[in-house]
Amino acid sequence: MAVAEQQTVADAQPAAAGTRVPTVIVDDVHIVYTVYGAGTGKGSATAALARLVTRKSNPNIRRVHAVKGVTFTAYRGEAIGIIGSNGSGKSTILRAIAGLLPPESGKIYTDGQPSLLGVNAALMNDLTGSTNVVLGGLAMGMSQEEVRERYQGIVDFSGINEKGDFISLPMRTYSSGMAARLRFSIAAAKNHDVLMIDEALATGDRAFQKRSEERIRELRKEAGTVFLVSHNNNSIRDTCDRVVWLEKGELLMDGPTDDVIKAYESHSGK
Amino acid sequence: MSTVSETTHDGAVAVGAPAAPSADDGLSPAQLAAKYGLSVSGARPGLSEYTRQLWGRRHFINEFAKARTAAQYTQARLGQLWQVMTPLLNAAVYYLIFGLLIGTSKGIDNFIAYLVTGIFIFTFTQNSVLSGVRAVSGNLGLIRALHFPRASMPVAFTLMQLQQLMMSMFVLVAIVLMTGEVPDGSWVLMVPALFTQWIFNTGLAMIMARLGSKMTDLAQLMPFILRTWMYMSGVMYSIANLTAHAPHIVRILLDINPAAVYIDLMRFALIDSVTSAQLPPHVWASAVGWAVLVGVGGYIYFWKAEESYGRG
Repeated sequence: MAVAEQQTVADAQPAAAGTRVPTVIVDDVHIVYTVYGAGTGKGSATAALARLVTRKSNPNIRRVHAVKGVTFTAYRGEAIGIIGSNGSGKSTILRAIAGLLPPESGKIYTDGQPSLLGVNAALMNDLTGSTNVVLGGLAMGMSQEEVRERYQGIVDFSGINEKGDFISLPMRTYSSGMAARLRFSIAAAKNHDVLMIDEALATGDRAFQKRSEERIRELRKEAGTVFLVSHNNNSIRDTCDRVVWLEKGELLMDGPTDDVIKAYESHSGK
Repeated sequence: MSTVSETTHDGAVAVGAPAAPSADDGLSPAQLAAKYGLSVSGARPGLSEYTRQLWGRRHFINEFAKARTAAQYTQARLGQLWQVMTPLLNAAVYYLIFGLLIGTSKGIDNFIAYLVTGIFIFTFTQNSVLSGVRAVSGNLGLIRALHFPRASMPVAFTLMQLQQLMMSMFVLVAIVLMTGEVPDGSWVLMVPALFTQWIFNTGLAMIMARLGSKMTDLAQLMPFILRTWMYMSGVMYSIANLTAHAPHIVRILLDINPAAVYIDLMRFALIDSVTSAQLPPHVWASAVGWAVLVGVGGYIYFWKAEESYGRG
């Protein structure tokens, strides 16, 4: 069944084709990382010199073939879950769709600019929460006015100030839960055409999880297409109606949530 | 079944069922993309569009530079004061060695002011290059997480260095005044000298950022290249005195060196004993020429690889 389903997806989905507008087309994409410093580092200097002389390739530089020939098409109004074991290339394919990681071969076509939900990398732990709200907002491409308008909303949503004025403290003083809440609040403050979420659901305490699930539902309503990477099959069941299963960089199965998750669970022995 | 679903999914119907005919059948992905007006993800925009995007991110660039500068000193008790303390201590070390211990002046009036000017101005270019090398390779996390014109990174890092230089300039002006210089009209020339050097540094940082993103060994190599450059740029001596009897071609090569040009201009602006007679010919033309050449050239060179920076 997996094979049949892959084929139907590859040839543009049939049923009610007149109303189906593709928003993301992934066409036979391969992604290769170059990793430096992968070797053991033993006897490096002399070994490196010997390599220079003999012109052998450096074993410290390794190429990791993270995604191998994945093809699928996403349509407007779909929420697609991406599942697979650790290191199967889920996050990599999201980054490639967002245009952040160029594919080695193959093409990715998108409608507008897909955005990855996450600002972790733009934030600085040494600075106060409020500086980070401004910095994160600007990093996501908001204008200064937008940031100013939404500042209070972001702080209130994160609930950082519920137990006192913590937003004016450096982020390194936050507990990991508080920091995760603030990060999610900043990231979720913006609306997106094609929205991609990388395991962002399981942050914070129970109350905050509920609030963030609600916010994701809102974002989904406004977004054309949603991608969700998660190891939590329940949150995938709750949010997605189609699931893509990647394993070792290859697309193993693509179809309705229940079918794919059932196959995935029997494969991983749950 | 999916419990929360505001959207309908037609794919469910298709599973296992024979494919119903559709207008999109048989289209290759590229044709399908063309039909619905999809564009290639992560493609490099045109130069003018890129410039527009970069200008749109000016607040981010500014905020990023400010935040990075602030973050440098948060663990130190004196905090931002180190922005002034660092150049002050630098100047003190050079005064101790060259002013008190060696007592050299190498035939230069007001040698301390001469030396400190050279060091501060060269440090601006040196630090722009060093931070430029790591501007892309050291921020891969950010580059792989968010969308923005990648030139924001080298621009922001050069802006940080400019801000640091402004602090150094206060120290420099204080030193120059203490050594007996009197402010005059020529001090205004500090502004165009600094501006052209800043444009030059930004272009250079962009070139280094692209090179550094591919050649990771460059960060280790750069300090040696920069030290060689410093010794050739007349930071601690007067090029004019040294090359008085040198072949013409050597003098031209040393005079056209952009670091020497910007150092000369700042000395000319601040120190009375440095007169226009000591400046190499066409010095303002070289200053502007280097700024335009490296500024524009570096920007285009950086933009050409825009789509590949995420790969690392």
